[in-house]
Amino acid sequence: MGGARVSWALAGIVLVTLVTLVIGFYGLRVARTTSDLLVASRSVSPRWNAAAIGGEYLSAASFLGIAGLVLSYGLDVLWYPIGFAAGYLALLLFVAGPLRRSGAFTLPDFCELRLGSRKLRRLVTAFVVFIGWLYLLPQLQGAGLTLRTVTGAPYWAGVVLVAAVVTGSVALGGMRSITFVQAFQYWLKLTALAVPVVFLLLRWRSSGSGALVTPESPVGTEWLLGGGTPAQGLFGTYSLLIATFLGTMGLPHVLVRFYTNPDGRAARRTTLGVLGLVGVFYLFPTIYGLLGRIYTPGLATPDAVVLVLPGVVLGDGPLGQALGALVAAGAFAAFLSTSSGLLTSVAGVLSTDVLGRGSVRDFRWSAVIAGLVPAVLALSVDGVDVSRVVGLAFAVAAATFCPLLLLGIWWRGLTDAGAAAGMIAGGGAAAGAVVFTVFGDPGHGWLAVLVTQPAAWTVPMAFAVMVLVSLATRRRVPAAVGRMLLRLHAPESLV
Amino acid sequence: MAPLSNRPKRTRVVLGEVARARKVSQARRELAEQTEIGDALIRGLVRAQLALALRLALIVGLGLGTLPLLFSAAPALARVKIWEISLPWLLLGLLPYPFLVAAGWVYVRMSERNERDFTELVEK
Repeated sequence: MGGARVSWALAGIVLVTLVTLVIGFYGLRVARTTSDLLVASRSVSPRWNAAAIGGEYLSAASFLGIAGLVLSYGLDVLWYPIGFAAGYLALLLFVAGPLRRSGAFTLPDFCELRLGSRKLRRLVTAFVVFIGWLYLLPQLQGAGLTLRTVTGAPYWAGVVLVAAVVTGSVALGGMRSITFVQAFQYWLKLTALAVPVVFLLLRWRSSGSGALVTPESPVGTEWLLGGGTPAQGLFGTYSLLIATFLGTMGLPHVLVRFYTNPDGRAARRTTLGVLGLVGVFYLFPTIYGLLGRIYTPGLATPDAVVLVLPGVVLGDGPLGQALGALVAAGAFAAFLSTSSGLLTSVAGVLSTDVLGRGSVRDFRWSAVIAGLVPAVLALSVDGVDVSRVVGLAFAVAAATFCPLLLLGIWWRGLTDAGAAAGMIAGGGAAAGAVVFTVFGDPGHGWLAVLVTQPAAWTVPMAFAVMVLVSLATRRRVPAAVGRMLLRLHAPESLV
Repeated sequence: MAPLSNRPKRTRVVLGEVARARKVSQARRELAEQTEIGDALIRGLVRAQLALALRLALIVGLGLGTLPLLFSAAPALARVKIWEISLPWLLLGLLPYPFLVAAGWVYVRMSERNERDFTELVEK
């Protein structure tokens, strides 16, 4: 890679990092109370909030991973972005309004409000931290890999850079500043994919429209269901869809955002806005993947296809370099925004439930610890497959918080014992599958599919255990469940 | 509110609030006190919202989930091209997103209508 291109890309990355820090410091002046830090004092309008959630959600897996998967495997993997977007529909249909109306700060808060159990609260806290760190790990790894691909810097440099910037801005500005940072980063990520794609498509057109649409489209179901691809056949595809469709609502950094809406109605409108923004975004990685099949087939690191395409297609002129830098900056925005959202939610529960009582100082120390642990982990495990870990984080969320939220919001009969049993069963199985996939060798065949795509069996199991144990412990149904359901579902003006 | 010039302002406000508080509907009190009627009202709202959400989830699930079956049943469809783009890529890469947004939009509208109906019922 040429020296000029490296410096362009570095300039882009440095610029994004600086802007993030500047907006973070601007937020520091505004953030004075714990409420500012945790939920931006609940005064964020749907428009800002939707862009911020979109910015937070579109991680490295979306920005780099999907295009790389399309390049490697073709059509089958389009189920990934569909599932990532459909997760927001599930969130909108079943969770957004009632969750905001519950008036809780965090997921453990919701649990204690609804079921009135301190023990359950501790269990929920543990899973929030587990999922948060599980999801942070691939973000930091991705940052290390990207910086290495783009500039040739050592792997640890990207990890340390992103971990330090994110921890610093979260500890100082909290949720109030990252709302602005993330809204900015959504638009940056969209621009960083949309602008280069215009030039790429123009060049492709003028060079005689190479075979864009012919990447082998075999007849039958093979191409849709992905025999032998990462989706691992029909079962794997549906398992992946379940994990993404139901797991999104259980991701702690997504949930914590809903408390920043002024009311339940705004929470629903925000979610609809996110669905639109995320949907627009996901049109682009597919195009990159397709162009990659024409211009860079057999790329050694498929995840880098988005980063290298501008240079390959448009040449080493200033245009190709500038657009390459734009894309690199967008990738860094993806790491920064997702990591800071995750870090805020992990630090939030750590500061209120584990390390302190939720003062501003507790929050800042918690942010440092919440950032340090995954950074050390990311430095010590270099070889783990990035996109796999992201999928597993979704699977764990789908097997724990999804049944907890759905049954807690819509079913009177849920008890604390049932919720705990379901989460231990579903979450334990999913977490076991994660550990085995990451550290063990799942091998091939049916058992391997069950372990690497666990959602299709762990989610129904979690639901079943939760319902059955709740029915068996019917006497533990909270006395005030009627009042709670009124609060969750009735418009605020009536309660 | 018509100004009543010969009364002190402060008294008027207090009287106004007392008068309004008395007008709180029967249904609203039932809700707050969790009587059987209030309970039935809130159950009705929850059921309506859940039915709406489940119906839309079913439509989306069928719409997206049956795509693989559609192409296995009619393989010729996979070779159809619209504007140079083959149908499978169009159906998986482009159309799901407007479809999801449309479903979400319908949900937001109809759930807000459910809430309006509920509010009217209670405030009547």
